[in-house]
Amino acid sequence: MASLNLLLSVCFCYVILLFLVAFVADRLAARGRSTWLRSPLIYTLSLSIYCTAWTFYGAVGYAARSGLEFVTIYLGPTLVMIGWWWGLRKLVRIGRSHRVTSIADLLSSRYGKSNTLAIGVTILAVIGVTPYISLQLQSITLSFSIFADADPGSDDRVGATVIWVAAGLAVFAILFGTRNLDANERHHGVVMAIAIEAVVKLVALLAVGVFVVWQVSGGIEATMARIDASEIGRWQVDGGRWASITFLAAAAFVCLPRMFQVMVVENDDERHLRTAAWAFPLYLLLMSLFVVPIAAIGLELMPAGSNPDLFVLTIPLSQGREGLAMLSFLGGFSSATSMVIVAAMALSTMVSNQIVMPIWLSSQTQQASQSGDVRKIVLLSRRISIGAIMVLGVAYYEMSGGGAALASIGLISFAGIAQILPALVGGLFWRGATRLGAIAGLSVGFGIWMFSLLLPGLGSGLIPQHVMEQGLFGIAALRPHALFSITGMDPIEHCVLWSLTLNTLAFFIVSVASFPNPVERLQGAQFVNVFEHSAGPRGWTGSVAQSEDLMVMTQRILGTQDARDLFQREAALQGEYGQLPEPTPEFLERLERQLAGSVGAATAHAMIGQIVGGSSVSVQDLLAVADESAQMLEYSSQLEAQSEELSRTARKLREANEKLTQISLQKDTFLSQVSHELRTPMTSIRAFSEILRDASDLDEADKRKYATIIHDEALRLTRLLNDLLDLSVLESGQVSLNMRPGNVKDVLDHSIVSALAGADGSLDVIRDEASERIPLYSDLDRLAQVFINLITNALKYCDAGQPQLRITARTAGDNVVVDMVDNGSGIPTEAQAMVFEKFARVSAEKAGGAGLGLAICREIMQRLGGDVVYLAGQSGAGFRVTLPTKGEIKG
Amino acid sequence: MSERRGGETPRGPTLFLERQSYRRRRLSEVARLMPIFGAGLFMVPLLWPVGDESEKVQTSSAILYLFGVWGGLILAIALFGLVTRSWAKSDQREID
Amino acid sequence: MSRRVLLIEDEPNIIEAIRFLLTRDGWNVNTHSDGTDAVKVVQEAKPDLVILDMMLPGRSGMDILRDLREIVELAGLPVLMLTARGQSRDRDMAEKAGVSRFMTKPFSNTEVLTAVRDLVAQASRS
Repeated sequence: MASLNLLLSVCFCYVILLFLVAFVADRLAARGRSTWLRSPLIYTLSLSIYCTAWTFYGAVGYAARSGLEFVTIYLGPTLVMIGWWWGLRKLVRIGRSHRVTSIADLLSSRYGKSNTLAIGVTILAVIGVTPYISLQLQSITLSFSIFADADPGSDDRVGATVIWVAAGLAVFAILFGTRNLDANERHHGVVMAIAIEAVVKLVALLAVGVFVVWQVSGGIEATMARIDASEIGRWQVDGGRWASITFLAAAAFVCLPRMFQVMVVENDDERHLRTAAWAFPLYLLLMSLFVVPIAAIGLELMPAGSNPDLFVLTIPLSQGREGLAMLSFLGGFSSATSMVIVAAMALSTMVSNQIVMPIWLSSQTQQASQSGDVRKIVLLSRRISIGAIMVLGVAYYEMSGGGAALASIGLISFAGIAQILPALVGGLFWRGATRLGAIAGLSVGFGIWMFSLLLPGLGSGLIPQHVMEQGLFGIAALRPHALFSITGMDPIEHCVLWSLTLNTLAFFIVSVASFPNPVERLQGAQFVNVFEHSAGPRGWTGSVAQSEDLMVMTQRILGTQDARDLFQREAALQGEYGQLPEPTPEFLERLERQLAGSVGAATAHAMIGQIVGGSSVSVQDLLAVADESAQMLEYSSQLEAQSEELSRTARKLREANEKLTQISLQKDTFLSQVSHELRTPMTSIRAFSEILRDASDLDEADKRKYATIIHDEALRLTRLLNDLLDLSVLESGQVSLNMRPGNVKDVLDHSIVSALAGADGSLDVIRDEASERIPLYSDLDRLAQVFINLITNALKYCDAGQPQLRITARTAGDNVVVDMVDNGSGIPTEAQAMVFEKFARVSAEKAGGAGLGLAICREIMQRLGGDVVYLAGQSGAGFRVTLPTKGEIKG
Repeated sequence: MSERRGGETPRGPTLFLERQSYRRRRLSEVARLMPIFGAGLFMVPLLWPVGDESEKVQTSSAILYLFGVWGGLILAIALFGLVTRSWAKSDQREID
Repeated sequence: MSRRVLLIEDEPNIIEAIRFLLTRDGWNVNTHSDGTDAVKVVQEAKPDLVILDMMLPGRSGMDILRDLREIVELAGLPVLMLTARGQSRDRDMAEKAGVSRFMTKPFSNTEVLTAVRDLVAQASRS
């Protein structure tokens, strides 16, 4: 018989081999020669950690108890794999593009970097997976005990096996799983080792199967006959369990932390899925091919009461095939160890990233910036986590005493992990899924699972007997195995049905009812539309396509010509004339800088990353974009202020321009008015002089009349020219004022005499000469000109029967105020504003005035430091002349 | 690089391309349906008789059926993978 | 029956001169010196020709001309326009408005006479 010592030494050699393989693989990867380590085959084999010791030993036991039902454990993952195109491909793409480190990280990232969710998922995973780890430890111990039983020379060492195994696995996981902090969280050594273990367990199971079918049973037909004749010879599967376990296995395959680790985190190339899609189901098929034959033959051969979970070992032993038994043992050992290692690694990553690090960082705020420190802390926390998880596994093993059947613990664990599924699938395919929804769904599912499956399944004492029978708080609807009083269901089926239904319901309802925060919405869009947001798998589209994409993008940002120039320059630098440049790092860097000038650094980085990098835009990138937008907003508000300033300036310019236009228009108008005023008398003069010249038959009276017209019009012309000259001199400021002292009365006397002299009409001037004795210092001649003008106006335009002009003078402060009001009808209100404008004529031309008189008056008064205004509200037309007594010359 | 001239996109025979993308679309639909189809086939045993002992399906037949379906699905998805491998060279986004 | 000319002008001396010229040439001259109701006066007087000053009190000659051209029965009425402003823009505008002849003041007597004769002759021919 095989000695336990031999087994131990083989086992030890095997472990050494695994260490070596892992070590060499890590070294190769570190030297960058990892290409063959990362083949689709290795990826597929690494997925086989799905097949644990439960599968290796337990499947046969399962089959011996329930026939073909065991196969559902494999059918679920098979369905998931063949649906890779729309399921796993998306998951892997998201995992890669967001550099996700674990399933907890994925969910937290999807739901707006929620730490609560991450911690929840981590706790769920630890609770769900720890029993599973102890299950593996148990299977190793059990298989040891088989050999120990068979070896008469063995002693009590078996009892301590579990400790040693756990310690060894912990060391392996720590050595190769936490050797360094790879940015991508990839562990070449571990993956290589589990790939080898995958081969070992497959070969071992196939070897036992072949031995049983062809050696023990005598061929396929004989085996089939023996199967049909055995206890499990008829199809007797519970339909509900069949369907629900298939579903559960599919869910667990995606949600299990260790599966997520190898499938998503360790995935090196999305295209490996293409191979794994058929290769892994094939692996599963081969793993289960001989399970029923082994079970049937075992039931037939082995003595009643022997543990069917260990048929894989006991059958070869009973047939005296110690070598085969040894290989089988190694297969089981491989299954158990690979699972424990990866599970411990995955869990430790979750615990350290989602629980330990956030706590440590928040307590060490000031040193957090030192990256070296953080690195060490992360590694340390992972190592401690691995140890702690192992201790938990061992503790659970010791506590449960290894009583429960392996398969049932596996299923309980699956059901727990499957609670992640609604949040995961919802997160990948439904943008409306929210953090609160995910938390609600997970809590509800987790609670029901604990109450209806985990606690009752963990055996005696955890849930009191009366609760099991009468329900929680004595409510019959709350019996763990008969929730809502639905009895008669299988506990697994019952739990899966209720927990997942209510989980999904809570997830959906709360998601719909709640509103996601911006990061959540952003991440939701990123996840659900990952194929639009991320670049294809690495090397998928090739470098030229990348260059073309870059070109298209650059054109959009820089414009066609600039982009073309830039690309041509770059191509020339690379020595490729007339072609697109290769996307070399240097070129990309320059391009990014170029684009950054237009759209900002973060945006440029994200855009180029989208096209070139395997990783998509991350939240950080987008937040950076958001920050930049905020800066741009600020900048643009500055710009706005500047532009307000600009628009103020522009308004001023516009006003100035309007003024200029107005002035030029006024000038045009003035010129055309002057032209009119000049041409009108000239027309008369020309016409009548031609008449006088050409018409010889004119009588003497006509001749005189026409000569008078010519004379009058000539005078009018002269007056006009004088006025124009006067105005032009006044306006240009070149007038020389003859300032001298005088008296208002004297000026008025002189003015009235001058104005009335030679006038045809009569005007009665009413004065109060006593009040007029106001001394003043001014240009008395110019002042007289204004008075004459005003008196002449009254003389011309006053339409009263007995025209009167009332003149009053007084002082107001330092000013002299002289009012001249006639008794006519005055000037219509609408024309009052116009009277001082040049050529303004209130009524149809009566006298030969050119309409410049009042304009000249105002010009003179302003020169003298005073003003002349029209007095509204008087009985007739009234003008008020104001001027300083101590005149100073203005402008 | 060598088959490209400057920044121009080669026009190529459009008819052929459209035909190809049409085929891709249909194939990706098949790929999507595959797991549902497979699940249906795997659930067929639920319809098998459960009553009388003699009517029950023999385990050997059940094994043949299940593993037959299983192998068929593996072949089908392998074939799909083989066909889509060539898509890798051209743009794959259109079929998402 | 002698031909009738309506002279719309506000400068008395110019009215006097043109009246003298045309009367001696055998025309019957009516005058009007306000722009506001000029169109109505033209419609009532139905002259063979209108001499229209550009700058009139109340309403500009240009507006009056435009209104006249709107009236169907006055479509063929010759309008001789006089202006003292002498801007080429006015000439363009007047031609657009449908003026028959445009003259700038000061004019020569012969010129006016010839223009009146020609325009009326043209109008009666067509």
